[in-house]
Amino acid sequence: MSQQYPALLIIVPLLSALLISITGWINKRLCFPIAVAALAVSAYSCIGLLLRVVDEGVIVYRLGGWDPPMGIAYYVDHLNALVLVVVSVVALINLIGSKKSIELEMPGKTAPFYALYVLQVTGLLGVVVTGDAFNLYVLLEITALSGYAMLAMGDDRAPLSTLNYLYIGTIGACFYLLGVGYLYIVTGSLNMVDIANILPPLYESKAVLAAFIICLVGVWLKMAFFPLHAWLPNAYTHAPSAASSLIAPLVTKVMIYVMIRLILTVFTPEFTFNILAISEPIVWLAVVAIFMGAILALAERNLKKMLTYIIVAEVGYMVGGAWLGNRLGMTGAILHIVNDALMTLCAFMVVSNVAYKLKGYAFDDLKGLFRKMPFTMGAFVVAALSMIGVPPTCGFFSKWYLISGAIQSGQYAFMVALLFSSLVNVVLFFRVIEICFYEPFSDHHGHGHDHHAEPMAEAPVSMLVPLYVVAGGLILVGIYTSDIVNYVIEFAIPKSIL
Amino acid sequence: METITSIKPLLAVLVSLLVTPLLVSSRTPNVREAWTFVAAIAKFLIVLSMLPTILKGTEIVYTVAEFLPGAAIKFRVDSFGMLFALVSSSLWIITTVYSIGYMRGLKEHSQTRYFCFFAIALSATIGVAFSANLLTLYLFYEILSLATYPLVCHHQDHEARSSGRKYLLYIVGTSIGLALPAMLISYNLAGTLEFGNQGFLAGTASKPLIGLLLFMFIFGFAKAAIMPFHSWLPAAMVAPTPVSALLHAVAVVKVGVFSVVRVLTGVFGTDLLLSFDLGSIILVVCSFTILVGSLIALSQDGLKRMLAFSTIAQLSYIVLGIGLLSPKGLTGGMLHIAMHAFGKITLFFCAGAIFVATGKKNISEMIGIGRRMPITMGAFFIGALSITGLPPCGGFWSKWYLLLGSLEANQMAIVVVLLLSSFLNACYFMPIVYKAFFCKPEDSLFENKVREAPVCCVVPLVITAVISIVFLFYPEPFLELATMTVSRIMGVQI
Repeated sequence: MSQQYPALLIIVPLLSALLISITGWINKRLCFPIAVAALAVSAYSCIGLLLRVVDEGVIVYRLGGWDPPMGIAYYVDHLNALVLVVVSVVALINLIGSKKSIELEMPGKTAPFYALYVLQVTGLLGVVVTGDAFNLYVLLEITALSGYAMLAMGDDRAPLSTLNYLYIGTIGACFYLLGVGYLYIVTGSLNMVDIANILPPLYESKAVLAAFIICLVGVWLKMAFFPLHAWLPNAYTHAPSAASSLIAPLVTKVMIYVMIRLILTVFTPEFTFNILAISEPIVWLAVVAIFMGAILALAERNLKKMLTYIIVAEVGYMVGGAWLGNRLGMTGAILHIVNDALMTLCAFMVVSNVAYKLKGYAFDDLKGLFRKMPFTMGAFVVAALSMIGVPPTCGFFSKWYLISGAIQSGQYAFMVALLFSSLVNVVLFFRVIEICFYEPFSDHHGHGHDHHAEPMAEAPVSMLVPLYVVAGGLILVGIYTSDIVNYVIEFAIPKSIL
Repeated sequence: METITSIKPLLAVLVSLLVTPLLVSSRTPNVREAWTFVAAIAKFLIVLSMLPTILKGTEIVYTVAEFLPGAAIKFRVDSFGMLFALVSSSLWIITTVYSIGYMRGLKEHSQTRYFCFFAIALSATIGVAFSANLLTLYLFYEILSLATYPLVCHHQDHEARSSGRKYLLYIVGTSIGLALPAMLISYNLAGTLEFGNQGFLAGTASKPLIGLLLFMFIFGFAKAAIMPFHSWLPAAMVAPTPVSALLHAVAVVKVGVFSVVRVLTGVFGTDLLLSFDLGSIILVVCSFTILVGSLIALSQDGLKRMLAFSTIAQLSYIVLGIGLLSPKGLTGGMLHIAMHAFGKITLFFCAGAIFVATGKKNISEMIGIGRRMPITMGAFFIGALSITGLPPCGGFWSKWYLLLGSLEANQMAIVVVLLLSSFLNACYFMPIVYKAFFCKPEDSLFENKVREAPVCCVVPLVITAVISIVFLFYPEPFLELATMTVSRIMGVQI
């Protein structure tokens, strides 16, 4: 059974997506349990896979028994096993926590939403698990198309902003496909390991260079790397809560994974860091991304939109870390995939809860929220601390590695950018916390007047429990950072990177 | 150095954190306060139970989680940490009594929140005291910054909001902007963050870089309120007085100073500072803060604001003592953590008691108050003497050692600064006491009838005042802990 994990984690949700859309015609109430069961199987397989990889090393799974390079092979190493766990666990927790919100926001469309949700997760898991460059493109499109559909179910402006995303996302995917086409012309192979084996004599080839750059730009478009980010804030802000809290933590992070996979496996660090020598300009781009993400976030007066700009800045963290070209920076980038997925999930689940009760998340709607929703806000504070980078939350530790990497490679601008972004995050989050902490001011001076307090109106327990699982996870992952680094990430980075 | 492994330091940190759910779920205020007492006394007893071991020269270590080699979440109880932990955990018990009197006397809102965050703040304080390395210290330092925010903003009005902003901006801004990068650079230089007797930076970097790191650490721990990063402290006086008393005269500000001292001794090491002649920079910065702080205190009318500026000046005494880099100077600086704590908390308690009983906050409105509140003002007099450094109070010891230390280090200018500062202290404290007792009956703003604050307010301030006097005759165990620390660091017997 455990031999089949790589297939199970794709096949089960894929078939369930079909099953859900059929079940939706018969009985809508069955859709949610099927979706949960499918994602639970995925999550279980992913965790099993990670444990096996930690024990046994890289696993190669031949889909349908066909041998590569003709057949599609799934390579599971430490890197994607870790990301698989993150994707499947985040998707499962978010699904459980979003049930009420989905029913409230999309009363007539729950069945199609669940189907799309599971399909999206299938695509993401596939992108991570596959060892075939073209197969990755196919799965990328599955992810993207189901994502567009979900995002467009939001408020009145959602269709327009999603259309914008669709254009840009399609261009990004086309770029990636074009790059893969070049690679195929040069190497005659689509299998990542195979390509990596064939490439070394061709490193000087202009076609390889073009392939790499085109793939990279395509991936950057998809991950909203500044200045290619413009589609992201609106698409995520106007989306339904459940969709944004699935897509915001995962899609950008999976694209970072794809970038790291291209760097580490397909083109090898030897080519990307030594022959190309474009690390430094890219780190500078990341510095700009971090600064701009932070500054644009400062300008927002809407909680959800502010968070979307923070994602833009966080993408800069990971791109910069990966391109520092040293072990510490790469460790930081990979660790931050895990941490950022969790903390973005936590923040967006808080937004879901707020939207469930308040019907709005502009700053002015949030006054006195600590009294109205103390438990939700407690989790928000944990997410905020993690994004600021206060120990022992996990955000601190990935920032630690990123900054250490910057110091080691002498990229002080990147260090300054990270510190700047931390400071801006202090301002951003404490501005929200401040608004939520103070009641609307009355004529009386604050002392001892409780009479204008609004009663507590907390989100339902089914939304709070998953939220607290995530918030607790932020601290646990922080405390167990050394284990994640020593047992997983250490093996995910090739020995050639020092 | 002998070490034993024990979970006690972790327990001492966690006991007040673990009690918070009980505080939130308590049905009545009395039950809630009972739990606070249980936590406070338990914390004090755990700390106290480690004292004999420490006095024997053994250190207690406990590792929670190893994050990187040399950078774990780890506790190490040594004589200096013990000194600070004893001060803050014992004063928490007394402050809890006072809080009950103050908060109930004024019928304050959100008392549960108040007691919860107080407990969390104390956890973080003890965590800082027992940190074995810079990472652990930073962790608890940040927790303390954030846990005190709701206490500073307790009143939730416009003034509280702007003060809270200032508080966070200064404290979190400097810790992330200066202390965090300094810590990372140190780790990259030395490969460890573990505090050593003579630091870990020696021989790893050139003088300019060491100087830059020194600058980043001293100002990065802005809780030490060294100018120009001091103005959060007067702003934080909008908090309820027990908060000002325990946190902004003892726990928070002393955490800042403690961190600076730890970094100076445990990261840089006195030998390194001596060899690069960096002590004089510290002396200049601290002397400036001492004199300017005292001068500003002279011009204040708000009693709590005046006390805040006095605290700013007094905190720099401690860092100055280390900057002297002489054994007696170090002893004096460390001892001042304890002596100043008991003196200043008395003064804050008095300010709060006056506010509860009469609603007065300004010094100009306190003429003749000695007739109405003789016990409170008597205690105020003792606290003022202790801060000024005059017998019969414990504050005399630390100033004595500081003066000896500056003579030892041959720093005559510092002797002048210390004496001048004592003079200024007397200038801003004594008129208050004088006018409180010896004004003409027609000038008095109060009736000639004794009406003190609630008993829960008065008893704590009497206790701390008495302890301040007792310290003159019996400065143990603080003096011994300070001398132990200094002889360990500098390798000399005092």
